[in-house]
Amino acid sequence: MDSRDFPAQAAAALEQPTLQRSLAAMRTAMPGLRATALAGLPDYPALRARARDMRDASIGSLGELLRAYEARVIAAGGTVHWARNAEEACRIVGELCDAAGARRVIKSKSMVTEEIGLNDSLQRRGLQVTETDLGEYIIQLRGERPSHILAPALHLGLADVAATFEQHHRRPRAEPLREAEDMLAEARAELRAAFLGADVGITGANFLVAETGAAVIVTNEGNADLSMTLPATHIVVTGIEKVVPTLEDLGVLLRLLARSAIGEPLSAYTTLVHGPRRPGDAAGPRAFHVVLVDNGRSSLLGTTQQPLLRCIRCSACLNHCPVYTSVGGHAYGSVYSGPIGAALTPALTGIAAAAHLPNASTLCGRCEDVCPVAIPIPDILRHWRSQALAARIGTGPERPGLRAWRYLAAHPWLYGRVLALAARVLRLLSVPAGARRRLRGLGSLGRGWFAWRDLPAPDGETFQERWRRRRLRQRGA
Amino acid sequence: MTAPTRSVALLVTCLVDALRPSVAEATVALLGQAGFAVAVPRQGCCGQPLLNAGDADGAADLARRMIAVFAGYDFVVAPSGSCIATLREYPRLFAPGSADAAAAQDLAARAFEICDFLDRHAAVLENAPRWDASVAYHDACSGLRQLGIRNQPRALLSQLPGLELRELATAEAAECCGFGGLFCVKYPAVSAQIADRKLDAVLATGADFLVGGDLGCLLHLEGRLQRRGLPLRAVHVAEALAGQVPGGGQGPADGSGRG
Repeated sequence: MDSRDFPAQAAAALEQPTLQRSLAAMRTAMPGLRATALAGLPDYPALRARARDMRDASIGSLGELLRAYEARVIAAGGTVHWARNAEEACRIVGELCDAAGARRVIKSKSMVTEEIGLNDSLQRRGLQVTETDLGEYIIQLRGERPSHILAPALHLGLADVAATFEQHHRRPRAEPLREAEDMLAEARAELRAAFLGADVGITGANFLVAETGAAVIVTNEGNADLSMTLPATHIVVTGIEKVVPTLEDLGVLLRLLARSAIGEPLSAYTTLVHGPRRPGDAAGPRAFHVVLVDNGRSSLLGTTQQPLLRCIRCSACLNHCPVYTSVGGHAYGSVYSGPIGAALTPALTGIAAAAHLPNASTLCGRCEDVCPVAIPIPDILRHWRSQALAARIGTGPERPGLRAWRYLAAHPWLYGRVLALAARVLRLLSVPAGARRRLRGLGSLGRGWFAWRDLPAPDGETFQERWRRRRLRQRGA
Repeated sequence: MTAPTRSVALLVTCLVDALRPSVAEATVALLGQAGFAVAVPRQGCCGQPLLNAGDADGAADLARRMIAVFAGYDFVVAPSGSCIATLREYPRLFAPGSADAAAAQDLAARAFEICDFLDRHAAVLENAPRWDASVAYHDACSGLRQLGIRNQPRALLSQLPGLELRELATAEAAECCGFGGLFCVKYPAVSAQIADRKLDAVLATGADFLVGGDLGCLLHLEGRLQRRGLPLRAVHVAEALAGQVPGGGQGPADGSGRG
C-alpha cells in the first residue's frame, strides 16, 4: 500500500463488504456517542479552548518541558534517549534490547512505533516481537498495517479473524472457530504465554508529564499494564510533542481524549509510570527507558502546520470524515490515515509521496469541528495542496486547467463569453430527462464527472447575459 | 419618512450564472421583495477553486478584483454559502494591516448568503408562495460550519404555506454530500458513494424535493439522482422561497401570509 495509489486503493475499498459494514457501523454510531459524552461535560467549548491553548503553550516550550521531564525520569532511575529520526529510534531500541540480552519482546499498541517501523527493525535483529493489543495482534499475524488509529483491525470481520487464528494458532480444535468469545480465549492464551516469556516490554505513551516525570498510557484492554510490569525492561517510545507541563494539564486532555475517541468518560485503563521498580515494590521492570522521537516533528515548529503537534490521536476526525468512513485507513497507504493522517503524512514523508492525501478531502470542515484541540485541518490540507502545486506534483489534470481558468476568471468579460458559450453548447448537447434535460457524457471530456453522474442541463444562456440584455431593453424603452 | 433604500450587489456565482440562472432570478426577486435595490455588476469568480486548490496568489488576485467590483454597495449577497465563505476568507489572503487586508475585511463584513441575509433583514417573507410539497433540506458544509447557517433556511421555508420540512437522520444530516469541488472529479467513485448515502437518507424521509443552498452540491446530487434514475428533484432554496421552482407546482402567495 502506497499513498501514490490512493485512487485505486480507495476504489477497491468501496467494494470490500466487510470493511464497508464496519465503516457504516462506525459512521452511524460514533458521532452520537461522542456528542453525548461531550454534552456531559460542564462546558466543552471552554475545555476545548483550554486544551488548545495549553497544547500551544507546551509546544512553544517543548525543549524546556522535555528537559524537565528527562530530569524527573533520571531521578527515578530511568534513562531518556533522544532520537532525531526513525532510524535512530529503531537503533536505540534495538541496542537496548541487545544490552538486556533480550530474545522476546512484547508490545502494547503504539502509532509512533508503526511510524518508525520498529517491529521490522527488531525482527531483522533476530528478536521475536508480539503485539498484545487484540486488534494489533490480529493484524500482526496477517502482516497488515492498522486501518484506524484506535481500532487497528476495523477492516476485518469475525470470519477473517477466525481464519487468521486457525492458520497461525497451531492448536487442536474439535470444530472451526465461530464465536468471538472462543477467538478471544485463544488470543488470551497465546498472549499470556508471550507476556510471561518476554524480556522487554515496549509501549507508547499518550502523554508525558514534565512536572512529575510520568509517562501516561491509556488502553481499554490492560495489555499495556502487563507489557510494562512483567518484563525486566520497559521501553517507552513516543513523540516529542506528547509532553504536557503538569498533572492538572493532563487532566484537561484526559477529560477530552476518551470522550472524543469512543464516547466514554475515560478509557478502561489509565496508567502513569515513572521509572523502574523501587526497593519494596512488588512488581515492575528493573530497567526503564524512554525514547523520545522527533522524526520530522520539530520541522513543524514555527510553521503554519505547527497546530498538528497539538494532536492527541483521539481519532474523532477519522470517525467523522466522509472520506475515511467511505474507504477506511488502508486506502491512504500511510501509517496515519483519515484527516489527521492526510495533514500529517506530508510532513513526515514529504509531499511528493503523499500528494493525493491532502486532495482526498472535500474540505467539509467536520474534522476541525470535532477536533478536541481545534487543529485547523482544512487549512493545513490547503497548505499541502499549495506545496504540491508549487512543486508541480500533479494529482490529476487540473494544473493546466487551473492556470487557464485563473486567467479567464481574472477577465470578467471574456469569462462571461466563455461561460455563455459553455451554457449554449451544454444545452445543445443535452437530452430530455422527464420534465427537465440532462447531459449523460461529453465523450472523453469530464470523465471524472460523468463516470458516476449526469449533469442537469443548463438553460442555454448565462444570468449575466440575460440581466444585461434586460437592462439595455429597459434603457432603450 | 422611509429609510433610504439600501443597495445589494448580487454575487451571481459561476455555477448559477452558467448552469442555473433561475437561481439568480429568484435571489434578485427575494431581495427586491425585501426592499433592497439590487445591482449586478459585471463580475468574474470569487476564487474559491483557486483557494481550495492551494493557489493563494491566484485567489488573492481574484479577491482584489472582487473587492473593486463590490466597492460602494451596502451589501453583497450570493445564493451560495461557499462563495460567501470565500469572501469571508479574503482578509487572510493579505498581509495583516495592509490596505488590501482592510478592504477585504470591509467586503467580508458586508457579504452574506441569501438565507442568512434575509434572516437578518427580512425574516418574514413578504410574498411567501404556496408550495404543497414535502422537502428535505441539505446543509452545505461551508454554510453550516463556516457561516453558521442551519436555522435560517428552515425558518424561511417554514413560512411557505403547504410546505412540510422533513429532517434527515442524524448521522447523515451532518455529513458532507461528497461534492468538494475538484474532489468530485478527482475521486469520483468515493464522491458518488458519499452522495448516495446522502440521497438514500433523503429518500428515506419520503420528501418530494431536496432543497439546498449551494448549487455545487445540488448539481452533484441531482446529477447522481438522474444517473440512478430516481425521480427526486434537487432545487435551490432561493427558487423555493421565491416561488420559482421550475415545474415545482408552486402557487402564488395564497393571501394567508402577509403578501
